[in-house]
Amino acid sequence: MPLTPILTAHWDDEDSHTLTGYRRHGGYDMVAVTLNSNPDDVINLVKESGLRGRGGAGFPTGMKWSFVPQNDGKPHYLVVNADESEPGACKDIPLMMANPHALIEGCILASYAIRANHAFIYIRGEVPHVIRRVAAAAREAYSAGLLGKNIQGSGFDLDLVVHAGAGAYICGEETALLDSLEGRRGQPRLKPPFPAVAGLYASPTVINNVETIANIPTIVRNGADWFKQFGTEKSPGFKLFAVSGHVERPGIYEAPLGTTMRELLDYAGGVRKGHELKFWIPGGSSVPMLMPEHLDTPLTYEDMGALGTMLGTGTPMVFDETTSVVRAISRWIHFYKHESCGKCTPCREGTFWLDQILERFENGTAAETDIEKVDEICKQIAGRSFCALGDAASTPYAPALRYFREEFLAGTHTPANQLFDPVASTVFTGAMA
Amino acid sequence: MSLTDQTIVDARECAARYPDSRSALLPLLHLVQSAEGTVTSDGIALCADVLGLTTAEVAGVATFYTMYKRHKVGRYHVGVCTNTLCAVLGGDAIWDALSERLGVGHDEVTADGTISLERIECQAACTHAPVMTANWEFLDDMDVPRALEVVEKLRAGEPVMSTRGPRIGTFQEIERSLAGFDDGLANEGGKDVRMLAGLDYAKQHGMSAPAGPAHSPLSVAKTEG
Repeated sequence: MPLTPILTAHWDDEDSHTLTGYRRHGGYDMVAVTLNSNPDDVINLVKESGLRGRGGAGFPTGMKWSFVPQNDGKPHYLVVNADESEPGACKDIPLMMANPHALIEGCILASYAIRANHAFIYIRGEVPHVIRRVAAAAREAYSAGLLGKNIQGSGFDLDLVVHAGAGAYICGEETALLDSLEGRRGQPRLKPPFPAVAGLYASPTVINNVETIANIPTIVRNGADWFKQFGTEKSPGFKLFAVSGHVERPGIYEAPLGTTMRELLDYAGGVRKGHELKFWIPGGSSVPMLMPEHLDTPLTYEDMGALGTMLGTGTPMVFDETTSVVRAISRWIHFYKHESCGKCTPCREGTFWLDQILERFENGTAAETDIEKVDEICKQIAGRSFCALGDAASTPYAPALRYFREEFLAGTHTPANQLFDPVASTVFTGAMA
Repeated sequence: MSLTDQTIVDARECAARYPDSRSALLPLLHLVQSAEGTVTSDGIALCADVLGLTTAEVAGVATFYTMYKRHKVGRYHVGVCTNTLCAVLGGDAIWDALSERLGVGHDEVTADGTISLERIECQAACTHAPVMTANWEFLDDMDVPRALEVVEKLRAGEPVMSTRGPRIGTFQEIERSLAGFDDGLANEGGKDVRMLAGLDYAKQHGMSAPAGPAHSPLSVAKTEG
């Protein structure tokens, strides 16, 4: 499938991040159109488009919006999850850097649809330049009368707060994000009640990913039929695919859902010269790895699901034959241990033990019984914690063991860095010599 | 710089942004770090005072998040991503080289107080691996010689530009930006070949998305209605 620059279409304009740059291509034109419509029509349009959440879970966006109770007398909130922290995910950060106004226009349209007068963009704290860009865009939008009281004489009010996090992967989990936004430790809440009923400040709240919200202005502008010409019936639309790792041209490639990894690899110049693909991860470290034989499977929610993995964030990581699978898995497990919030015992304790055992495999000091022990611990964590972090921590190991058992066996006698020279896997191999 | 009456004024300004003032606690802790360089007991007391919380509640939050430091970091807090992808592509080698050159490990500061090092987790810049940060500004597509050059320049007080952002400010300056105070730097830098990879490819190969209808279905419905 050909590339379809839509959200990325004008990123090469020098001023794409400014109000002037955004307006040059019809930016904010959908505000008046939307504010003159019935909010339910906006929800129905998004429902009809079939847009699914771009943050990883793929929940239908219009349906999520329709769960917000109407005429309940409570304030409603829109919260944008801009806490992009999943290893491998790197598409919301460039979007906010290059075109923050698309996100803000999306916030206006979405807030109007769900009858919210307050929206928040929760951006991870470790990206000050992105926070600057989004905050500056919000100030421009206020000055232009696109935010604040009585937007464009419509009677609709919207306040938007750009909020910086402070370093915690768990805050990408929507209920942990809400706790964090309320000024607490970012720990997940028990569901139900779901945020649509009792979210921020115990009021109805919609939490959407950055890319999801940035899609809204294009859907309102072009309609559901236009949107559905991209992708498949169950995965309509287009996606910011961020291709990283051992490829010639890592970067952002916007293409219809259903594009294959082979096509994306082709756009990205292929696996780096002189090397071959070993394994790849379609959408963040929390989804099971895939192999070269899966390159022709369409990148959709349903096709990835059928392979036993997930589309996730749609940000494939590519690893060539120089990579030690044990080292890769060990480092991801270490990440989950570091980021476990500590609320649920299976995740807190389980990741702690997993990390130590995986380190033994990496050092070549594991016992053969450790192979099954890791598998057992993973099974004790999965499904036994409040949120998906525990599930994510227990995900990478099993497929890695299935495809590369011999590397784990080797971890009982030989360190990973002897089996795979770490220098060979770096992008600056030549410079190191 | 330390906590002053102005800090309290700024803290109240942060609190006023939210429907519920407690939501300002994260920005307030960034503000405290901008004034004190770290989260001090006085800073915790200030947050508690402004937001009507106990110091225990504030400390409980401050200790949860990795960006809040309970001991001094360097004037330039340097991060090296050692999560899997960056580690494999060269992050581990960069880490080893920096740690050896500076003589400090994870979460430690050089004796002159200029540089602290942290092994950081994924920075959402995997297309730019291996990634480093200095006071959280992106230093993309790094290698060992450039990483060493960056820290030497920072140590010497020479200007270092972020690869997708402004000249790197001090830790305290950037913490103030994170508390939500405009530093006027939003227009600096921002783009590179990685972000534009797909768009460039599409333009070179004549690929584009089909145009939509002339009018939004919402305005059409309005007209017909």
